[in-house]
Amino acid sequence: MNENTKVIKGRTGDWEMVLGLEVHAQVASKSKLFSGAAVGFGAGPNEQVSLVDAAMPGMLPVLNRFCVEQAVKTGLGLRAQINLKSRFDRKNYFYPDLPQGYQISQFDQPIVGEGVVSVERDDGTTFDVRIERLHLEQDAGKSLHDQDPNATYVDLNRAGTALMEIVSKPDMRTSEEAAAYVKKLRTILVYLGTCDGDMEKGNLRADVNVSVCRPGDYEKFRATGDFKHLGTRCEIKNVNSYRYIQQAIEYEARRQIEILEDGGKVDQETRLFDPTKGETRSMRSKEEAHDYRYFPDPDLLPLVLDPAWVKSIEETLPELPDAKKARLQSQYGLSAYDAGVLIIDADRADYFEAAAKGRDAKLVANWVTNELLAKLSAAGTEFTNSPLPHTDIAQLVELIENGTISSKIAKEVFEHMWAGEGRPAEIVEKRGLVQINDTGAIEKAIDDLIAGNPDKAEAVKDKPQALGWFVGQVMKATGGKANPGTVNELLRKKLGVE
Amino acid sequence: MAIDAATVRKVARLARIATPEERLEPLAQELNGIMTWIEQLAEVDTDGCEPLTSVVAAGLPLREDVVTMGGDPARVTSNAPKSINNFFVVPKVVE
Repeated sequence: MNENTKVIKGRTGDWEMVLGLEVHAQVASKSKLFSGAAVGFGAGPNEQVSLVDAAMPGMLPVLNRFCVEQAVKTGLGLRAQINLKSRFDRKNYFYPDLPQGYQISQFDQPIVGEGVVSVERDDGTTFDVRIERLHLEQDAGKSLHDQDPNATYVDLNRAGTALMEIVSKPDMRTSEEAAAYVKKLRTILVYLGTCDGDMEKGNLRADVNVSVCRPGDYEKFRATGDFKHLGTRCEIKNVNSYRYIQQAIEYEARRQIEILEDGGKVDQETRLFDPTKGETRSMRSKEEAHDYRYFPDPDLLPLVLDPAWVKSIEETLPELPDAKKARLQSQYGLSAYDAGVLIIDADRADYFEAAAKGRDAKLVANWVTNELLAKLSAAGTEFTNSPLPHTDIAQLVELIENGTISSKIAKEVFEHMWAGEGRPAEIVEKRGLVQINDTGAIEKAIDDLIAGNPDKAEAVKDKPQALGWFVGQVMKATGGKANPGTVNELLRKKLGVE
Repeated sequence: MAIDAATVRKVARLARIATPEERLEPLAQELNGIMTWIEQLAEVDTDGCEPLTSVVAAGLPLREDVVTMGGDPARVTSNAPKSINNFFVVPKVVE
């Protein structure tokens, strides 16, 4: 059994969960998938709607070349097969925010086929999630149910916006793995520039498929590819934060286990996660409409890609997170953990690389991933908007490297830097924080200390661990500016401690 | 393929076409007639033929990613039975 599988204890024995995700990522584009209306957030109701999006009679969809390019780029970033021939189909259902009465999607011939994403767990280990497909489709409009007790308001601004639906295989076994997968997918999309990854605005959202099985069943499924070894799955729609993804999964797995242990059976259905109650509930309204009657959209010809175009898109791919992580480790000698923190977004890694030029890279990584990252997160900002330029971090590290200040003092300097008091060297100068390397001054502090505490100086000869107290006192006497290495060395000599 | 009254009821519901109970059986017969007629196509040998989804031997035209439409909510909602503040207003949808 996989050691990363979480066993859930039930009354009748152990259970495991099996998770697959469908992630909807809004394509970063200026206009919609099939119309020239603008894509954006915050416009007034129905201001970004063309007559195509409103499904006026006689309107014809015309595919956006850039959206196709973005889908291909994403496919390449997911190490997936690009299908040179794909097709658009109509998925039929009625809902007020879907004026066409169907969604244009891709059913059996998606633009991107199988791929794989390497995902990091919190403990630094990695696992692979296989991608089944990626297809292009239209988003629906937005229904507002809370404006009027007797009516629903519909805004079609989002209708027709291009989405990439990225479908994974059921390769995740814990709610943490599912969240880690979405995080990694988001990082890749943002690196590629094919989706802004803004989950709060709903530009990246996940449908989570949850089922439970007995230990050993999943391995049988992986060996045979036969879904009969797995339990019946439920799909939880539109979960839009990492925390909610985890909560929804934990609740849903527990719910299914209880049904099964009571001798019942899980109905395959679509469910909704309610974040305020922390539970999932059935979406009965959409149940009977599940027969989508897909058929090829007669308004659209098959999409045929020129291999030379795909090749030219491949040449524009940026360095992707996995490659960057490997390079940061080999080029700068960083730990997998530090490299992992730095590559979470490309700006962070760029900032680090700029600051590390000619400096002790590990030390720079420490400052960037600990002190600076903490300050930036607390201020709710990111590296692109850092009030401290990378040259300041570089200078701070240089001051530590050449012994001007100790690491401890550096933290104090950093606080002043963050408070906007100037460049590190100026702060050290202005505040007199230069490390005392002058043995004379340190020796004097030690001599005074020994003279004032003869009993302790005697005792330390038998109890060398008491030396720490002396180090502390000398550091205090010198305002923390004494070079700790020198202090230690001199103390040992003067007190006769080996 | 035989179509019965239950199938007609289901298809009518999916298509949101109100169909009185007494019409189900006659409609099933009509649809069966149409299906039988279409099934003649099965007589043609299509082994080794790629399914045809379009009769036009042309590539799919693409447009550039530029904003050329929108910005006219009044026009978009002008045919709506009811609209308020440029929203379409429809009977309450129960979630």
